[in-house]
Amino acid sequence: MSQFDLVVIGSGPGGYVAAIKAGQLGLKVALVEKDNSLGGTCLNVGCIPSKSLLHSTEVYQHALHGKKHGLVGTEKLTFDVAAMLANKDKVVAQLNMGVGALLKKRNVEIVRGLGRLAKAGEVLVRSTSGDRTLETKNILIATGSVPIELPFMKFDGETVISSDHGISLKAVPEKMVVVGAGAIGLELGSVWARLGSQVTVVEMLPSIGGPSYDADVAKAAQSAFEKQGIKFEMGAKVTGVKKSASGSALTAERDGKPLEFAADKILVAVGRKANTTGLGAQEAGLKLDERGRIIIDGHFQTNLPGVYAIGDVVAGPMLAHKAEEEGVAVAENLAGKHGHVNYAIIPGVIYTDPEVACVGLSEADAKAKNIEVMIGKFQLAGNGRAIASDGTAGFVKVIACAKTDKLLGVQMVAKGASEMIAAACAHMEYGGSAEDVARTCFAHPTVSESFKEAAMAVSKTSIHSL
Amino acid sequence: MAVEVKIPPMGESITGGLLATWLVKSGDAVRKGQPLFSYETDKVTSEGTAEVDGRITINVEAGTEVLVGQVVASIEAGAAGTAPPPSAVAAPAVKSAVTQVAAKAPAAPVAAKLGAAAEVSPAVRRLSAETGLNPAGIEGTGKAGRVTKGDMLAALAGQTPIQAPVTAAPAPSAVAQVSSPAAAVVIPSRDGRTSRKRMSPLRRKIAERLVQAKSETAMLTTFNEVNMAPVMELRKRHGEEFLKKYGVKLGFMSFFVKAAVQAMKEVTAINAQLDGEDIVENHFYDIGVAVGTDKGLMVPVVRGCDQLNFAGIEKAIGDFGKRARDGKIQLPELQGGVFTISNGGIYGSMLSTPILNHPQAAIMGLHNIVERPVAENGQVVIRPIMYLALSYDHRIIDGKEAVTFLVKVRQFIEDPQRLLFGV
Repeated sequence: MSQFDLVVIGSGPGGYVAAIKAGQLGLKVALVEKDNSLGGTCLNVGCIPSKSLLHSTEVYQHALHGKKHGLVGTEKLTFDVAAMLANKDKVVAQLNMGVGALLKKRNVEIVRGLGRLAKAGEVLVRSTSGDRTLETKNILIATGSVPIELPFMKFDGETVISSDHGISLKAVPEKMVVVGAGAIGLELGSVWARLGSQVTVVEMLPSIGGPSYDADVAKAAQSAFEKQGIKFEMGAKVTGVKKSASGSALTAERDGKPLEFAADKILVAVGRKANTTGLGAQEAGLKLDERGRIIIDGHFQTNLPGVYAIGDVVAGPMLAHKAEEEGVAVAENLAGKHGHVNYAIIPGVIYTDPEVACVGLSEADAKAKNIEVMIGKFQLAGNGRAIASDGTAGFVKVIACAKTDKLLGVQMVAKGASEMIAAACAHMEYGGSAEDVARTCFAHPTVSESFKEAAMAVSKTSIHSL
Repeated sequence: MAVEVKIPPMGESITGGLLATWLVKSGDAVRKGQPLFSYETDKVTSEGTAEVDGRITINVEAGTEVLVGQVVASIEAGAAGTAPPPSAVAAPAVKSAVTQVAAKAPAAPVAAKLGAAAEVSPAVRRLSAETGLNPAGIEGTGKAGRVTKGDMLAALAGQTPIQAPVTAAPAPSAVAQVSSPAAAVVIPSRDGRTSRKRMSPLRRKIAERLVQAKSETAMLTTFNEVNMAPVMELRKRHGEEFLKKYGVKLGFMSFFVKAAVQAMKEVTAINAQLDGEDIVENHFYDIGVAVGTDKGLMVPVVRGCDQLNFAGIEKAIGDFGKRARDGKIQLPELQGGVFTISNGGIYGSMLSTPILNHPQAAIMGLHNIVERPVAENGQVVIRPIMYLALSYDHRIIDGKEAVTFLVKVRQFIEDPQRLLFGV
């Protein structure tokens, strides 16, 4: 008889959530983690530490511009990067412990070491303290992703850095170049720009935020960031790093013309790739796609019976919450319940100031699918709470089906967008229409009212706009 | 003790209908015999009454389609209600209750009660309130089958059928929550150039039956004209005394019913109908009299017209007319007619071709009485003339029989003494 019903490899948000859920449902579960701390990329070097730094630097910025709010002595205000990093580490450590406690509560056995697919129904865990074979009915691979490295400018941890380094710089670089205007680049770029670094974001695409966002949304976000001193070099293809006695520089080209951006630090944030290192995928015959992601079926099962995979290591948006949903669904399926992930309604957020968020279809997506849409927009400049909170940059955009009024998508640039988007997700999950949002009572004054107003604007019935 | 209020049986062919309006509210005190709700089937509108005194709790909102035997409310026997019961179930009290509800109906639409009973989104609630379309009867495309605004719009546009959710429980209390809009809810179009409303079950049935008659029979119409002077003269002469004696006016209808009965006795093919490949000849004279109401045409049947005298026929027709308009005709009163008389003349029709009341074989149309110049004995004279029409199913009635029938009717009307002697 197998020791375990389920062995999960990887303790990121996909893996640990799956383990907790499976434990909750009465399965005997082991969780394999190669790192010292639980929580994977998200908790240790991703979402959480970056949020901590974003908050610390936002507090600093608020204080720095606090004169109009009656703060005195702001011109002499300084900060301590080391203390910020220490606070970040404390946040991470607290959550590491929290995850451990939750797993323990669900009787999940945590096994330290690098998990590897051995024979069918076996996971080999290798660690400095020796190897251990776990017999199991099911295996869940949740090994996540790692930053993509550009072949012509490998990470050196000094000049060319990844997000892993970008959350731990000991000092503020005078000049920082961020390669890639996605969520990671914009967030870490913001962190260091807020602390005084001259940040230039170099992006190959014409607009920031990636293809999920409509051009008007991306543009509004970009202009808000530009006001904070971040420079954007769009449509520029990075070619390499030039190092000289006077310092380093990123080289790029646009329309065939060479560009050069001096930089103390070059943060490469061009995306992440599936991580199957040490998994023994090839030996086990595990099928991967052309991008190295594990191929799964509609029930998260790989080509190997009893072996499942979720999160960044499979196709789909590389988002912690997507992995968590999949983790829950896999656990439910294994426990004989009905697990399901609604991939159409997975929000995306860029945690800058203002935040940028979206869910569902963009206006462009809808048009590409030949869906006739009605658009409702509401500028935050018309929202009372936004005005009172120095958060008037941005707007909320609602994309509704012209025929049924169903919410197809919501995009926003707004302070607090990461929280506001949840309301949109909930409405959409239940098939809500723009009118449903308009007829839902929102607390006043809240920035969220902008979402309600944008929904009303779909039928041109917004109250607080002309 | 709680007594269940059920949809009463309405006759063999009726399995369900629309609970159109509640005449009482949950918590009201009701008295035995008090009308509680009006109930509309494809054939008739009727009322459900309380079986005991007590306090009522309503389970099914107005506008819901219900099954015969379905529990729609319960009455806590003997309990006092939040509103006092009507002091008696005398007609005036009931009447005022009906008017009150009718007046309130547009302002407090069906869906106002949906609330906790059906968790639907606010836009769906609004649409339901405005149109009367109950989302419970719509197949939802939202999460776990929830009805979305789009589903409502599609149903209202007639793009998706409104159907009964499949229910596993066979008990009659398992509600078939099919719903249908309350009768008179009109949805204006966006530009206001059109508006639409759902057919009521009665209207749907009328439509179905009319098309059936048109498509399943070989229908044609023959005409004749009749001099109404003799009947008018008789009414003038005996009308006052007739009214005094019987409490009902001597109208034209009794003459035509009597004339039709006598003509049917002579032309028996008229009083017959097809049943598969058999011709069933009737030896009774139950004649339907079409009555227009605001909900549509109704044809209550006057039984045994050969046995009734003029007063009996006039009384029966008068009673039907009144009750039809009040929506109080009982279903059995609509069933079993062998022949129909329809009088478009009261609306001013000069001539028409009535459609058969399936499965009857013939229908006679009466029209308005107009003074027309006619030739009599070589002289042009003015006579009050009515055109008669007889539509008949040519499959079982030949032209000769149809024409003869109508000629007989004409003869009886032009010389009512013939009715006395049957000649």
